[in-house]
Amino acid sequence: MSEQIGRVTWINGPVVRAQGSRHVNMLDLVEVGEDQLVGEVIGMTGDVITIQVYEETSGMRPGAPVYTTGLPLSVELGPGLLRSIFDGVQRPLPVIEMRSGSFISRGMHLDPLYRKDRWNFTPKLKVGDSVSGGMILGTVPETEALEHRVMVPPNVRGALTWIAPAMQYTIDEPIARVRTESGEQELTMLQHWPVRKARPYKSRQGKAEPLITGQRVLDTFFPLAKGGTAAIPGAFGSGKTVTQHSIAKWADAQVIVYIGCGERGNEMTEVLQEFPHLIDPRSGRPLMERTVLIANTSNMPVAAREASIYTGITIAEYYRDMGYHVALMADSTSRWAEALREISGRLEELPAEEGYPAYLADRLAEFYERAGAVETLSGQTGSVSVIGAVSPPGGDFSEPVTQHTKRFIRCFWALDKSLASARHFPSINWLDSYSEYMEDVADWWRAEVGQDWYALRAQAMEILSEESRLSQIVKLVGSDTLPDEQRLVLETARLLREGFLQQSSFDAVDSFSTVQKQIRMLGLILLFHRQAQRIIKLGAPINVIHDLPVINTMIRMKTVVTNDDLTKFDDIEKNINEQIKKLETEYL
Amino acid sequence: MSDALDLGVNEVVGVSRIEGPLVFVEGTGSIGYDEVVEIIDARGQMRLGRVLEVGEGIAVVEVFAGTTGLSIDGTRVHFLGKPFHIPVAEEMLGRIFNGLGKPLDGGPAPLADRYADINGQPINPTARVYPVDYIQTGISTIDGLNTLLRGQKLPLFSGAGLPHDRLAAQIVRQAALGAPAGQSSAKSEQFAIVFAAMGVKHDVASYFRDSFTESGALTRVTMFLNLADDPPVERLVTPRAALTLAEYLAFERNMHVLVILTDMTNYCEALRQISNIRGEVPSRKGYPGYLYSDLASLYERTGRIKTSEGSITQLPILTMPNDDITHPVPDLTGYITEGQITLNRDLDHQGTYPPVAVLPSLSRLMKDGIGEGRTRADHSHWSSQLFAAYAHVQDVRALASVIGEEELSKADQQYLKFGRAFEQEFVNQGLTENRTIETTLDIGWRLLSMLPKEELTRVSPGEIEQYYMDSHGAH
Repeated sequence: MSEQIGRVTWINGPVVRAQGSRHVNMLDLVEVGEDQLVGEVIGMTGDVITIQVYEETSGMRPGAPVYTTGLPLSVELGPGLLRSIFDGVQRPLPVIEMRSGSFISRGMHLDPLYRKDRWNFTPKLKVGDSVSGGMILGTVPETEALEHRVMVPPNVRGALTWIAPAMQYTIDEPIARVRTESGEQELTMLQHWPVRKARPYKSRQGKAEPLITGQRVLDTFFPLAKGGTAAIPGAFGSGKTVTQHSIAKWADAQVIVYIGCGERGNEMTEVLQEFPHLIDPRSGRPLMERTVLIANTSNMPVAAREASIYTGITIAEYYRDMGYHVALMADSTSRWAEALREISGRLEELPAEEGYPAYLADRLAEFYERAGAVETLSGQTGSVSVIGAVSPPGGDFSEPVTQHTKRFIRCFWALDKSLASARHFPSINWLDSYSEYMEDVADWWRAEVGQDWYALRAQAMEILSEESRLSQIVKLVGSDTLPDEQRLVLETARLLREGFLQQSSFDAVDSFSTVQKQIRMLGLILLFHRQAQRIIKLGAPINVIHDLPVINTMIRMKTVVTNDDLTKFDDIEKNINEQIKKLETEYL
Repeated sequence: MSDALDLGVNEVVGVSRIEGPLVFVEGTGSIGYDEVVEIIDARGQMRLGRVLEVGEGIAVVEVFAGTTGLSIDGTRVHFLGKPFHIPVAEEMLGRIFNGLGKPLDGGPAPLADRYADINGQPINPTARVYPVDYIQTGISTIDGLNTLLRGQKLPLFSGAGLPHDRLAAQIVRQAALGAPAGQSSAKSEQFAIVFAAMGVKHDVASYFRDSFTESGALTRVTMFLNLADDPPVERLVTPRAALTLAEYLAFERNMHVLVILTDMTNYCEALRQISNIRGEVPSRKGYPGYLYSDLASLYERTGRIKTSEGSITQLPILTMPNDDITHPVPDLTGYITEGQITLNRDLDHQGTYPPVAVLPSLSRLMKDGIGEGRTRADHSHWSSQLFAAYAHVQDVRALASVIGEEELSKADQQYLKFGRAFEQEFVNQGLTENRTIETTLDIGWRLLSMLPKEELTRVSPGEIEQYYMDSHGAH
């Protein structure tokens, strides 16, 4: 199929040099050797071509032929992406398993999307309509949870001369013909797009809605907007993956793209086994029906790890263009940066910080800038939110990947090893984390949930930072010496930490909280605080407040009150008021 | 790779440069990247090596046994046309090999079932079976708080002079497939142990050997030994050889294989040495940028797959240089493995055995292997409560060291007492003490009962009702 462009002259791990044609394009996809291992042109000097190979090069010899496909590294887009699991260059892992067994062998050329499936296509346009890139030709129920909108490829414009009637088609069969300036063009449900190029849209949108994750510390304290960017940095064992999994499960996006980039094989297996059985609380369908998985585990070839991030984000953009909200998780961007470093090292490029190439920051920026809420070419609203895990060596946030990432994201969820050691999960440190979307999403919260969200959050944050200041004193002199008002701050802060911030991803009731539940819980804790403050001023001692049974009730309310029955909170509110009242009568 | 075999042997006489363990060869024919090489010195002695880099007519070869005694003109180099392979067979159990898979016990070369490439191939995530069966090690800090599952990779993070070898040997001796609390566990029939030593002292190797002999397991053990005075470059092959055999036993012979790799720090140092001599750009502490990928290519060879009953469980041991958990070797290991058991020097000084530092230890897979029908329904809450309580003990101790114990609040004084008892009665146990999961859970509840009920917010009221003991020990 492809044209030979040269012969291999030098091999060092995934980096190969070949000599031959001067007519090769940068970033073209090539096939190397008799096994036709897939690679990408990453450099050219005269007639010497430098190639990064996406597969193990063990056994390759100088003199082996190199072929070009003449195309850049691209992904296939069309119905059938959802529920799939691909490797970093979009090869379907289940098909690899069928062909080569439990272990991944080399030189497999497989279609990413299954060609024989027939999809129910319903046309939305008619003959004579003038069409342009991004317009929706028709729809296909890709899964019960999601309608796939078949679009005109971005670079096609003209008049529709034929559109297929509502029937079942494979992705290879024509569904429309367009008369363009350069002649008639046949369209199928299958499109290709080069992964390193962002897909076009009409404009970026200013107005922001929060991406609700069901995780209290995120939604209430450090919200992410739909189309926003967030980073989760943390040392090993601090819970990055569990947090990413929780977001993948509960985020109110219509499509989830989960990239396991250089991480553990068992973690991907866990998602594969768990997601088909978990039900999305919004669609009532299994979570797998809205999920695309990309797995390039740590022992899979390093160059494909570099590509996996781009493969994932291109798929995310494709669903965005249909007018959907997409959330993309990349676990972990540090492994991707390390793949860049490894390739750069083998190219003998001059390193910048810690051996990373000088273009690390550029690549991170390019990636995170592909997130955003947009008006699509067809005039709809869609978004890609990007949540990248960062794995700083030794948990030290001053290292280059964390620092550069901070420049390009607007939501920083800092994981804290000491919280994780005490099994406080999610171990997101409320003092080190921040969200720049607070103001952006405040309107939505006020309109949809409650006017007092912003004020409640501010009060709670004040109590938590006051606690941090007081705990410095407590460390020196103990808490008994503090005045009762300050000891109440410690007590309320404990309530906030244990009753609100801590959330178990494995508890059926607690793993997901609606925003209504979140605001109610926060409101109750702060109501208690105000009431207790009042009676302390009247002379009630902190000890008796500490012993109030309602404190234990509030710590447990997250696992007791279910999302669909918030009336139990009314009882707790009554308890607070009654128990405080009782103390008030005793001490007045 | 099979096509490479037919290309025949490619031989070169004389090398152009020798530097450390590397030999630079010119005038070669077509040779493959990562190919095995035989190097014959002027006296006819053969040693093995591996191709690290190839260009047209040139190759860089890493010599496993070192380059001592090699000369520029008197050295002959044979390129064997294939990557490093070792024989694999069930009859390798009970045998001892060197770091490259050659017999050390005086026995004949094993009759190979087949020859396998030591680099292996990545397991397809879709072909894996997620681990859920827990291994009862009889050690409370592991079974109770950091449960080990079949198919998990759980390293021991230790330091020089700490009893990691004794702990590993005890785990091997006591390990059995876990059963729910109250039921007896059965020792698995089809088990095997693959032991790989990388740069450890002779005493360590013989300690393990004696320990295997005593427990009667020796016939089920294969040892690959690269000791401290063996060539360092060989260490890069040793764990790969061991894991290749383990994969064969687990996935083709349906055995439950426990792999012990000790000491990973020595392995990483050998890798750094080679990288250094090749003039590669270093990342942290001089280790090469691909240390993560390289370690992953070992640790990820663990788990279970759909087509086999067997499993590979890895227990790598590494000594943290200067007890520093942020050192690149433990750090990168922790990012790949599914948790870690961390040993602590202060506990060791106190005479606590095993000196497992509970807070920085973790088992990521634990949540799926415990609970009702596996261990006991309260296990998850129970362990979360013990972690939380013991974490608070650390704060109280810090405070007590400033203001004195007498000044602490009553609750905090109870925490101090709890902390001491936890270390003495829960963490501490005998070298041969094999606790059932039930015993472990009961000790935990007895200790938690030293704290007021109101403090126990991680366990449910029902669990308190059932297991909390009042002052005379009744529920």
